[in-house]
Amino acid sequence: MTAAVRARRSVRALLVVIALAILGVFPLVFSNPTTTTIAFYALIFMVSASAWNMFSGSSGYIALGHAVYFGCGAYALSLLANHLGVAAGWPVFALVPVAGIVAGLVAIPAGLIALRARRHTFVVITIAWMFIFQLAASNLGFTGGTSGLQPPTPLWGIDTYNRNFYYVAAVVLVLTVVLTWVVRRSRFGLQLLTIRDDEERARGLGVRVVRVKLIAFVLSAIPVGMAGAMYAYFLGQIFPQFAFDPLFDLSIALMAFIGGLGTLAGPLLGALVLESLQQYFTVQYGASQAYLIIYGVLFLVVVLLLPRGVIPSVEELIGRWRTRSAGSDAGPEEPGRTGDVVKAAGVR
Amino acid sequence: MSALLEAEGVCKSFGGLQALTDTSLSVAQGQIAGLIGPNGSGKTTLFNVMTGYERCHSGEIRLNGESITRAPPERVFALGVGRTFQITRLFFRLTVLENILVATQRHEGWIRSVARRAGSDAERRRAVEMLEFVGLGRLAARPAGELSYGQRKLLELASLLVADPAVLLLDEPTAGVNPTLINQLSERIRELNRAGKTFLVVEHNMEFVMGLCQQVTVLHQGRTLVTGTPEQVRADPAVLDAYLGGADDDDL
Amino acid sequence: MNSTALAKAVVDGILTGGVYALMAAGLTLIFGVMDIINIAQGALIVLGAYMSYVLSVHLGIDLFLGLFITIPAFFVLGVGIEWAFMRRLRDQDRAAMSILVTYAVAIIIEGLLSVIFGVNFVQLHASYTDSTFHILGFYLPYIYVFGFLLALVLLGAMYYLLYHTHFGRGVRGSLQNRTAAELIGVNVNRVRALSVGIGVAVTAAGGMVFGATNAFNPSSGYDLISRLLSIVILAGLGSIGGALIAALFMVTLEDVVAVLWSPVWATLVYYASLIVVLSFRPNGLFGKAAVRAQ
Repeated sequence: MTAAVRARRSVRALLVVIALAILGVFPLVFSNPTTTTIAFYALIFMVSASAWNMFSGSSGYIALGHAVYFGCGAYALSLLANHLGVAAGWPVFALVPVAGIVAGLVAIPAGLIALRARRHTFVVITIAWMFIFQLAASNLGFTGGTSGLQPPTPLWGIDTYNRNFYYVAAVVLVLTVVLTWVVRRSRFGLQLLTIRDDEERARGLGVRVVRVKLIAFVLSAIPVGMAGAMYAYFLGQIFPQFAFDPLFDLSIALMAFIGGLGTLAGPLLGALVLESLQQYFTVQYGASQAYLIIYGVLFLVVVLLLPRGVIPSVEELIGRWRTRSAGSDAGPEEPGRTGDVVKAAGVR
Repeated sequence: MSALLEAEGVCKSFGGLQALTDTSLSVAQGQIAGLIGPNGSGKTTLFNVMTGYERCHSGEIRLNGESITRAPPERVFALGVGRTFQITRLFFRLTVLENILVATQRHEGWIRSVARRAGSDAERRRAVEMLEFVGLGRLAARPAGELSYGQRKLLELASLLVADPAVLLLDEPTAGVNPTLINQLSERIRELNRAGKTFLVVEHNMEFVMGLCQQVTVLHQGRTLVTGTPEQVRADPAVLDAYLGGADDDDL
Repeated sequence: MNSTALAKAVVDGILTGGVYALMAAGLTLIFGVMDIINIAQGALIVLGAYMSYVLSVHLGIDLFLGLFITIPAFFVLGVGIEWAFMRRLRDQDRAAMSILVTYAVAIIIEGLLSVIFGVNFVQLHASYTDSTFHILGFYLPYIYVFGFLLALVLLGAMYYLLYHTHFGRGVRGSLQNRTAAELIGVNVNRVRALSVGIGVAVTAAGGMVFGATNAFNPSSGYDLISRLLSIVILAGLGSIGGALIAALFMVTLEDVVAVLWSPVWATLVYYASLIVVLSFRPNGLFGKAAVRAQ
């Protein structure tokens, strides 16, 4: 392993440790309920954007209907909690992974239909699917119609309330990021990337594209379902138009994009920044649609100036600065022995 | 020598355009076969049909006697038939090494494929070997998009080779390539052929085809005109007619 | 089941469907020429409605006369959007990027309208929006009929443009085979810009009729674009004729289901029919089965 690569790895590991530390300590330091609420929402979006990116960012199929899984998770948790008579408090959290699985199951037929289509048609199908669910939720009896549902509310003091939800969300976030990391470095993840670059050729090299896309799609739905479940439980109330919200779809897509499609940290960064901004905006200036303008403008700016998203562009800049200052012997072009090449090739 | 890959009576049309009519072709095990014909004669279409990218209305494609007419491209590759494209296609945003790794065939369930790292040590070693074979070893970590035209063609070939296919279909491998590289290419193909691989090559470069192939098939307006040794084909008046009648300027 | 109610539903469906057909035609035209799905089409329709609102309420200009202002304005807007954003999309990831970019434009429009007009619902009014024709036992609101006629006129104009002009030939050539069109010497940039201009210009008209027949607010775009997308995809991307048929079919189906069953489920049937059709014909009813580079 070359020294430069080892250094990069150590820096990355250090950053991860720092991030985890901040994650763990945050609500203890900033215990103001408004702040912890914003932090919770940010975590929810970080989970969702990350999961969405795992599928859409890698495959190039922009899914604009993941709100379905968010909503299904929300409804699943509420319905199960109410019908099974689960006690309010910590026990209900056990339903979060169940809600995720439910969302995953819903994703299977959705994926089977949608993924047979070309990219454009695929997007529309995901949107239509979302509206179907929204309409169904608004009109079916067992989903409470337009009044929605109310999961049980834990009887915790406000500080404890926020803190508990925060930590559960943080755990889900860590699990989600681990999942995206595992997928990314796996053969499966590599196959996804080939689908983005040239799907037809991928088939010609033996990639079973339908299977790969479907699995990635379903895997991406599960964390989103869990996010929806936690969100519903936190709020204590879900309405169909908020559980199945087209703006949710756009938000996570923008977050992932601004951060950097296909990267691991990109959606996290994008979600953290955008959601915190939006929540802060709402708190300061009241609920206003003006944030839409900011989202849209920000997105267009990034598209025009940093088309690959913030993180890849920053990485590029750092790479360029490093090559300039370290001279040209830092790159992997050095004619080395096969052993060196193998090692260099084995590292990313 | 038994036929390894054959097309029989293939018919294919696009809308009103008849691309292939009753086209037949047979490549024997261990052969280097050539497929030539004026532009628009249907060579790439035949490749597409043979490798599952297009469906034909009638006719059969057989590999080792077994029909693969309805097989999708993934399956065709898994059965040991690899192809290159006229315009070199690669995964430009992946590294050179990753391009090779994708093609390594593993037979494992999807859970393993998600959980395990892309490319075991053995696979990576083999991938590097392949890269060295085509002379791209030192570029393993570069994005494929950075390669020069000739290097891309080599990478495309290398990605197929790593899966150890029995048959390779090459669509215009020498297009736009400089003469030194063409010779290298010729040599590699001969080497691989000696090791037991079968080739079917579409080409416009007559020197290349005639010098390399043991059997040549001529396609004209979607029909097989003639099949024979290079000398036979060269002497056939119908072939000359087809080329001179068309807008081709290759020397024959 | 009241047969008069049913007949009325069919008639309403056709009249409304005509207007949706016009807007869907614009959307599919943009796709066919640009390979871009203009998600902003819904927001633009709402913008058109608000512009007609401003002209009518603040300047006292009649709704239909106001179109002489809004349609050209929107044409220019469309050309501007193509020039500013669509042209800059690289071919790689074009499908993905165009969706996100146009979605961003859509929310900017929604945001601006919310800030300027607030979130309350409004509707366009004129002397004729509240009166109806009384024909053969049916009550047909004037505005529905006028709107339908307007749609017919504009669709006819579009047809004439596409099939009887030099420009139109260039557009159709681009629709069928972009590379070939380029090779023949069609000025692709101009064709693209003008096509988007036309595609957006029709939203001005559609917006006016929509605004006169529905209460709307800045968020009405979501429902609109979802419907339009469903129509266009069901028809098959790029097929203008197909979009007309699909629009009439889906809107009429929804109205009929609303009468036969319930208005609530009608909307669901609308979307469900899209899914059903796509399960059998993944490229839409009239879509080309040819593999297109994505």
